[in-house]
Amino acid sequence: MKTIEGKYILTDVLLVEDSPGDVRLTQEAFRDANLLVNLHVATDGADALAFLRRQGHHADAPRPDLILLDLNLPKMDGRQVLAHIKEDDALKTIPTVILTTSEAEADIVRSYQLKANCYLTKPVQLDEFEGLVKSINDFWLTKAKLPQQRVSLAN
Amino acid sequence: MRPLGEDGMPIVVLLVEDSPGDVRLTQEAFRDANRAVHLHVASDGMEAMAFLKKQGAHANAPRPDLILLDLNLPKMDGREVLAHIKADGTLKTIPTVILTTSDAEADIVKSYQLQANCYLTKPVQLVAFESLVKSINDFWLTKVKLPQQGQNG
Repeated sequence: MKTIEGKYILTDVLLVEDSPGDVRLTQEAFRDANLLVNLHVATDGADALAFLRRQGHHADAPRPDLILLDLNLPKMDGRQVLAHIKEDDALKTIPTVILTTSEAEADIVRSYQLKANCYLTKPVQLDEFEGLVKSINDFWLTKAKLPQQRVSLAN
Repeated sequence: MRPLGEDGMPIVVLLVEDSPGDVRLTQEAFRDANRAVHLHVASDGMEAMAFLKKQGAHANAPRPDLILLDLNLPKMDGREVLAHIKADGTLKTIPTVILTTSDAEADIVKSYQLQANCYLTKPVQLVAFESLVKSINDFWLTKVKLPQQGQNG
């Protein structure tokens, strides 16, 4: 849990996901796991990059502390989004976790080649999906040290 | 796809660490957390690279599924080891987790710039150290999908 001078800071997570059901599940699981997570959703690859680059109606978008990225997305594929993030000096340090239904070895290897920080597959069972989101929260937002860049403070 | 550690397949972890105390703690914590883990230790950066490139005494070294890398190391610094791993076409897909005492922001940012997969700081308390190793096992070796080529040695 992040604090600055004793104040809790909201952790911004960007979820890039086109399935409304998976968005809902992820939102609910984070709400249960960590009330200090501010979950933002981009429903296609182009929207994700616009959010990250603060373009268009995302002019005031915060920089995410963590990105959860689906691979199969409309408009711009997740692999392409990942490549753009990791080639951009301003964005490449943001840990980017692939969260997809694909278990194909080619997708796993390709994602690590494109510098994904880790690769997770979405479980089909509801309780396992919730368990995975809790693991992401426990590991990435509690144990891992993320680069600091936050300015917005909340009590 | 076969999960790591099933059917007696060992999970190969390379720990790059020069402190004998931290090596011992990590070995014991993995022994408690996961019997399938084969923990290999390189005590300096040069040895880590020789292990990964199967050079010299490491000709038969297996390819690690996961690397735990300290930053402050003799002979070759952990940052340099990380840069070599991530610049190498055959090694770059091995998830490399920084495990260090440094919580300096400069080290955290630099490590992510050098494509560390994740950055963890070593807790000072024994119980917290064991718990961190358990977390690494539970997350990286249980939930995360690692490239399977890691099992081919």
